[in-house]
Amino acid sequence: MAAATRQAASFPGPERSQIAFSDVTLALGGKIIIENISLDVKPGEFFCIVGASGCGKTTALRLAAGLYQPTGGTVTFDGKPMLAPRRDIAIVFQDYGKALLPWRTAAGNVSLALEASGIAASQRAARIDGLLKKVGLPDHAGKYPAEMSGGMQQRLQIARCLAQEPKALLMDEPFGALDAMTRQGLQDEVLALVRASDATVIFVTHDLEEAIYLGDRVIGLSPHPGRIGIELRIDLPRPRDQLRTRENPEFLRLRRELFDFIKAPEK
Amino acid sequence: MIPERAKALLLPVAALVVLELWACAIHLQSDSLAPPSAIAAALVEAVHDGSILIATRDTLISAFAGLLIGGAIGLAFGIALGIFHIFDRLMEVTIEAIRPIPSIALLPIALIALGFGYRMEIVIVAFACIWPILILSRAAVGGIEPRLIEVSRALRLSPADRVRKIIIPAALPRIFLAFRLAAGIALIVAVTVEIAINPIGLGAGIMTAQQALRPDLMLAYLLWIGAVGYLLNTGLVVAQNHLFGRAALVGDPA
Repeated sequence: MAAATRQAASFPGPERSQIAFSDVTLALGGKIIIENISLDVKPGEFFCIVGASGCGKTTALRLAAGLYQPTGGTVTFDGKPMLAPRRDIAIVFQDYGKALLPWRTAAGNVSLALEASGIAASQRAARIDGLLKKVGLPDHAGKYPAEMSGGMQQRLQIARCLAQEPKALLMDEPFGALDAMTRQGLQDEVLALVRASDATVIFVTHDLEEAIYLGDRVIGLSPHPGRIGIELRIDLPRPRDQLRTRENPEFLRLRRELFDFIKAPEK
Repeated sequence: MIPERAKALLLPVAALVVLELWACAIHLQSDSLAPPSAIAAALVEAVHDGSILIATRDTLISAFAGLLIGGAIGLAFGIALGIFHIFDRLMEVTIEAIRPIPSIALLPIALIALGFGYRMEIVIVAFACIWPILILSRAAVGGIEPRLIEVSRALRLSPADRVRKIIIPAALPRIFLAFRLAAGIALIVAVTVEIAINPIGLGAGIMTAQQALRPDLMLAYLLWIGAVGYLLNTGLVVAQNHLFGRAALVGDPA
């Protein structure tokens, strides 16, 4: 009851869900990766998935993206079944170095998403400038990915995803390969970008603190096969702050709860 | 001090001088060897009267035409086989049965069907060029980073755009490498066809010199063919660096 009220408080919009899994099971090569997962992500929600390596976090994200089809149950987006990837769902991959086109400049990489959406060539340049400015790369339009740092490449990938004007942004451990300073900076930038665009976010990470810091809701998956083991609602005040939020007693309590859950199966 | 780059030339120059002195000392009379000075004189004469230039033109026309035709066929099949695995499996036996046929073994058939001249030579060169380009472009397409294919799926690129904007550019550095390899093969096969039977080009030139008992001219042709092959490869390497310089820093060590 209390949970329902809180949910209504943090999401004043309609109660329909944007991305919904109902009893989703996925088997790959005879092995069950994910079993009976049901979840619903509301429009505009920042939804985090955590879990140990190999628990099916990334697989769940790929199901939401339409890159995999479930072997049982259904995945829906805005009430319609996801049978293939959609242009209004953007995916930020962890391995930015592989997801960017090495033969295109930063501007060219952003352009790819605009070309895919059928934006006229005359309008692309202005849109590209705006997007690169948004992610803090306004002076790097002519650089190739290989000439940029890891953090810059990941910003570039985010810019390409924003070029799709996504309703939902699916992020697969986007900062996993970055150093701690870059990572914190990008966390805050992503929060600001998402706030400005009203996009729904599913964010996969193995960093529990990152999940609590960013999310409205965090689920933890238990491994073999992947199932939902814990669900936490994060009611920390926004905008979040790297120091104040992380020192908040509620943050510490949530962190303890999540750590205990992740540690549990190892006993 | 001798400049660094000149050091590499020391040994060949010394060898030429020794050869020249040796030929002089024993008053060389041979059907297969000639002193370097005689070879140089024969080369100058052949360039001066234009015979070697016309022969070069004929050989290069055949080699390039064969390379382009064979390369286009090999590339189209290689990309198609790399994309469609069903097609790959259907064609596997056929390709593996045809590929081992030495291109030069087609000569008798090609001669009957097409007679002497450019056409016959081009067909044989094209046959030889299909395979390296087909095999390597198929591998290049098959080896494209799967993440890029996912990106193209997530963006819902049309099949034509997927080939044009993702697959071909991603495979291009390795396809160009295949093209370089095939260019070398084209020259070898063209000259071989000319030596064996076709009365045009550098291969025919070397045979004529041999039959005329002119070892100096024969060796001049040999050196010239080597130089043509070297320049061809150098030109393609320069083109490769120019085309893929900055963009090829990542993704493909080739």
